[in-house]
Amino acid sequence: MSVDAISTTHGLVGHDDHAHHDPNQAHQFEDMAQQNESYIVGMWSFLVTEIMFFGVLFIAYSLNRLLHPGSFIDAHRHLNVWFGGINTVILLTSSLTMALAVRAAQLQSKVAQLVFLTITILCAFGFLGIKTVEYTHKYHEHLIPGANFHYVSVGAEGGPSAEAAVNPEKSNIPQGQAQIFFLLYFFMTGLHGIHVVIGIIAMTTLFIMIKFDHPFTRYYMWVEMAGLYWHFVDIVWIFLFPLFYLIPGK
Amino acid sequence: MIKNLPLMPDQASSFAAQSDLIYWALTLLTVAFTLIVFAALAFLAIRYRRGSKADRSRPLHGSHLLELGWTFPPLVLGLLMFVWSAKLFSTMYGRAPEGSEQIYVIGKQWMWHLQHMNGIRENNELHIPVGKPVKLTMISQDVIHSFFIPAFRIKRDVVPGVYTSIWFEPTRAGKYHLFCAEYCGTQHSEMGGWIYVEEPAEYQKWLASGGRRTADTQPLATTMEAKGLQLYEQQGCGNCHDADGLSRGPSLAGLFGTTVKLKNGATAVADEAYIRKSILEPNDQIADKYQQRMPSYKGQITEEQILDLMAYIRSIGPRPSASTTATPVSSATSGTRVHTATAGKPNPNLTASNAAPSRGN
Amino acid sequence: MSYQTTKDTPFPAKQTFPAPKNTYLNAASTVKSWLLTGDHKRIAILYLISVSFFFALGGLAASIIRLELTSPKGHFLEHETYNKMFSAHGIFMVFLFLIPSIPAVLGNFLVPLMIGAKDLAFPRLNLISWYLYTTAGGLILLGMMRGGVDTGWTFYTPYSSMYSNTNVSLMIVGIFIAGFSSIATGINFIVTIHTMRAPGMTWFRLPLFIWAQYATSVIIVLGTPVVAITLMLVVVERALGIGIFSPELGGDPVLFQHLFWFYSHPAVYIMILPSMGVTSEIISCFSRKRIFGYSFIAFSTLAIAVLGFLVWGHHMFVTSQSMYSSMVFSIISFLVAVPSAIKVFNWTATIYKGSVELSAPMMYALGFIGLFTIGGLTGLYLASIATDVHLTDTYFVVAHFHYVMVGGALSGFLGGIHFWWPKITGKLYDEGWAKLAAGLTFIGFNLTFFPQFMVGFLGMPRRYHFYPEEFQAYHVLSSAGASVLALGLIIPGIYLTASLIAGKQAPDNPWMAVGLEWMTTSPPPTLNFDATPIVTWEAYDYTPNDPEEARHAVINPALLEIHTGVDPLGDGMAGGLE
Repeated sequence: MSVDAISTTHGLVGHDDHAHHDPNQAHQFEDMAQQNESYIVGMWSFLVTEIMFFGVLFIAYSLNRLLHPGSFIDAHRHLNVWFGGINTVILLTSSLTMALAVRAAQLQSKVAQLVFLTITILCAFGFLGIKTVEYTHKYHEHLIPGANFHYVSVGAEGGPSAEAAVNPEKSNIPQGQAQIFFLLYFFMTGLHGIHVVIGIIAMTTLFIMIKFDHPFTRYYMWVEMAGLYWHFVDIVWIFLFPLFYLIPGK
Repeated sequence: MIKNLPLMPDQASSFAAQSDLIYWALTLLTVAFTLIVFAALAFLAIRYRRGSKADRSRPLHGSHLLELGWTFPPLVLGLLMFVWSAKLFSTMYGRAPEGSEQIYVIGKQWMWHLQHMNGIRENNELHIPVGKPVKLTMISQDVIHSFFIPAFRIKRDVVPGVYTSIWFEPTRAGKYHLFCAEYCGTQHSEMGGWIYVEEPAEYQKWLASGGRRTADTQPLATTMEAKGLQLYEQQGCGNCHDADGLSRGPSLAGLFGTTVKLKNGATAVADEAYIRKSILEPNDQIADKYQQRMPSYKGQITEEQILDLMAYIRSIGPRPSASTTATPVSSATSGTRVHTATAGKPNPNLTASNAAPSRGN
Repeated sequence: MSYQTTKDTPFPAKQTFPAPKNTYLNAASTVKSWLLTGDHKRIAILYLISVSFFFALGGLAASIIRLELTSPKGHFLEHETYNKMFSAHGIFMVFLFLIPSIPAVLGNFLVPLMIGAKDLAFPRLNLISWYLYTTAGGLILLGMMRGGVDTGWTFYTPYSSMYSNTNVSLMIVGIFIAGFSSIATGINFIVTIHTMRAPGMTWFRLPLFIWAQYATSVIIVLGTPVVAITLMLVVVERALGIGIFSPELGGDPVLFQHLFWFYSHPAVYIMILPSMGVTSEIISCFSRKRIFGYSFIAFSTLAIAVLGFLVWGHHMFVTSQSMYSSMVFSIISFLVAVPSAIKVFNWTATIYKGSVELSAPMMYALGFIGLFTIGGLTGLYLASIATDVHLTDTYFVVAHFHYVMVGGALSGFLGGIHFWWPKITGKLYDEGWAKLAAGLTFIGFNLTFFPQFMVGFLGMPRRYHFYPEEFQAYHVLSSAGASVLALGLIIPGIYLTASLIAGKQAPDNPWMAVGLEWMTTSPPPTLNFDATPIVTWEAYDYTPNDPEEARHAVINPALLEIHTGVDPLGDGMAGGLE
């Protein structure tokens, strides 16, 4: 919108080199090199803000784990390491295919871009699928923080102690602390999940545009941007996985 | 008009003069620097006003010497002020002197509840003798408050869930403002009262009357430790914690102030925070050699009751110094006496010297 | 037309200049062309109108507070209304005025102009930023109309999360969105300054205003997400009754303060650094002298931005924070004072052997230095832990941060608005009224806030509706001063608006300033420059020895040749570069 408004309202002299412009170049840039650099710096700045977003939650997590180590160890046993582990593998795979998609974009190879984007999108859906299964389990176990939260301690042996199963209020793990663990779990994996969804939307949009040869997609930078973003989403998970699933306990 | 514009608050504690000295030193620095800057700006702006005949040859656009010259004096002065101030601060927020009067403070919207060890309770008022250090251990029942006595130059937030403490030594008899300094809701500005610093004789008289000229609802003051004992028995704490009980939990006799070994290998000092946490969140710090058994008492016991229990546990500890494992940490207070009694058979005559007889047993 | 004729007129009001033909203002005039613009200058205007609106609302709340406090038991407000009033004042002023004021108005307008770019790197993101801001403002206004909040702008837990039954969540969502608006602006500035500088515009030829905007943007990008998520956690705690800040839920209320101040202390530098940048520009221009110690000012700007992130704990000396953390925070707080002192001394030294013209912008800039000096030095009382124990949460703190934020940030904003008004609007305002307003603001400000230092030392706690009678005299003095201050702030609103209607056309460079923004028309064309400027000179290339001669030399001949191909000293070269 803005681009059109500006170029139509002015008969600007001095910008006569407009004609030779790469059609992908926006009016405010001098040349493509400047534009590319701007996109890259912009994306990295954006990712810095994202790191700070998650950073707060990591600090909140660390502090609460320090305050309530017993409860965190106990509560993490409710999470299935296999689900988390498989999801880690899936995301790592998707990062690889995303990197290949970026390379394909730089080489302007339409087929390769489509293939790698498809795999990446499928991986993202796989990740969300497993996450949904996990969330459903938690729902049935009454581990969604809120009114229905009802924590039953899992002993190191695996099963709930008979006493605790009968009367969780008298359990050794205060409900509130277990709830904090699950609040952080849902808040952090949920926020991460939202990022995965945004990634899927971005990649699907790119997929469709590449498929139908939208002129926009002759500019490889869009895929590159999506790639940077996707690697970030992946890295966040690399931190989330051990923090929630792999707490060492005695 | 002049008397309506006081320049300084009363100096009524041992900290006041020292704190003010730093204040005035900073004021001196501030005035000096401000004058230098203002005078320089005014002088230069006038001398080099447009059209003046001042010499403008060889203008200066930078000088490392000058930059160093005005970087280091502020730096050094700042660091000196830091050291001076931090030193006083470490006394203020540091350990209270031996023999301090222990007072417990509970903040709630919108009143201060203060409790003497001998059981006298006051609301929005505090009576203390001149010349004797007072240690406040404070906790809030709801939101964050802040205990502020301007005349003492003392302030500390009163936070829910955590004990904070502060001490001071009143040096001048009088009646001083007590404010809540941390915004706590609708009637924040009315959450205050008075600190009455009294001459020792007068204070004794006040004590002898049981402090009853305050609005204390208790007909007779019961010491905190006696109330704590009552609660201890009522809740059946002894079943597990008595030295001659089932020993499912560690004995509490001689516990207070010692270093406890925890199951996870760490150690903790059995201070107020430790005991509070053990009652409310027992799972997070299990004493070595014991199993997780104790349920959480969160929501089942009030802050005031915890303080009573604390006073009781404090009264049966620390162990006599003969014990090698014991390292008393918290400052002793006047209310504490060293018992060799075994828990479960606590001294039935736990009464403060100047309070009415206990109804504990 | 040329500049030679300005010889006898210190202020070029007596001359007439033709209005440039193509400007960003007359490029299109439909409402749509404004609301869907990508032009950084138009977005700056949109921002100017919106921040002025919220400043007026915040000022109204302040007036009610000052009126109410003339009596120790109040006049007409309930406790709760009073509490809502100071909360409204804080929220409007901090989140909707101070933080966006200079970056989003002056920064938006000037960053591309000063570095010789056609626009910011991401014009659409810039427009989105304004829409986010207005959405945030709308939500906050809605919250106010539905009864407001009574938590103060700091939203301390657990009061905000579990106890207050006012519109906390709505306000927080508003502030959350306002945060994204700042982030969008911050990212845009960082990228633009990194990649879009004109040829020859090296980092050390950048005007210090740009350095300030850069440092500010870095703070915004690093800090804002922290407070955004933190405030969202408060909303979760309120809405669902689960959270990490309430002790009842097993949380830690002081964690909120840590996270809040991790942003909100650097936020003070978001407010003050841009004002410092403005001051550097104005002082140098009206002393007709290159800024003293350019690189020291530039690096002290960065030092402030970095150190500013390490001092948040000095807001928490009296909480349950450990004594040793407090000491670390205290010493770093003393250190952060040093770069500020360096700046003040460098500005002062700039005037030495200059040629000072006491114009209205210069008065604001000098006022800034004075008030900031007092504001900064009184900060030492609060960095010093022992005195902070007594002074924190009293009116001393209130006075201190108003000296920094109002005396500093607001003076800088007003100075900047006056300095660049001819460039932004193409109109000249009335210099006499402007000087009067600058003087009134300075005097009124000191009358308002100096008594608050004294009553704070006496122990008057902040956020008190009722207070002991012995403090009344100071409150009355302060309120009296506030009326002078209000007058000083209303007058510019009038004459600046009047200048739009009846003001004389401004020349391209009314102050004979250097800096690329003055080398295009007033107001500039949509794409700022007719050709990309090439910078061959250092920043602040002023010559003080003969100010009149300097006026001819300000426009760099090399640049003009590139621009117009005309002999730079010939006639007709400067009126417009069209």
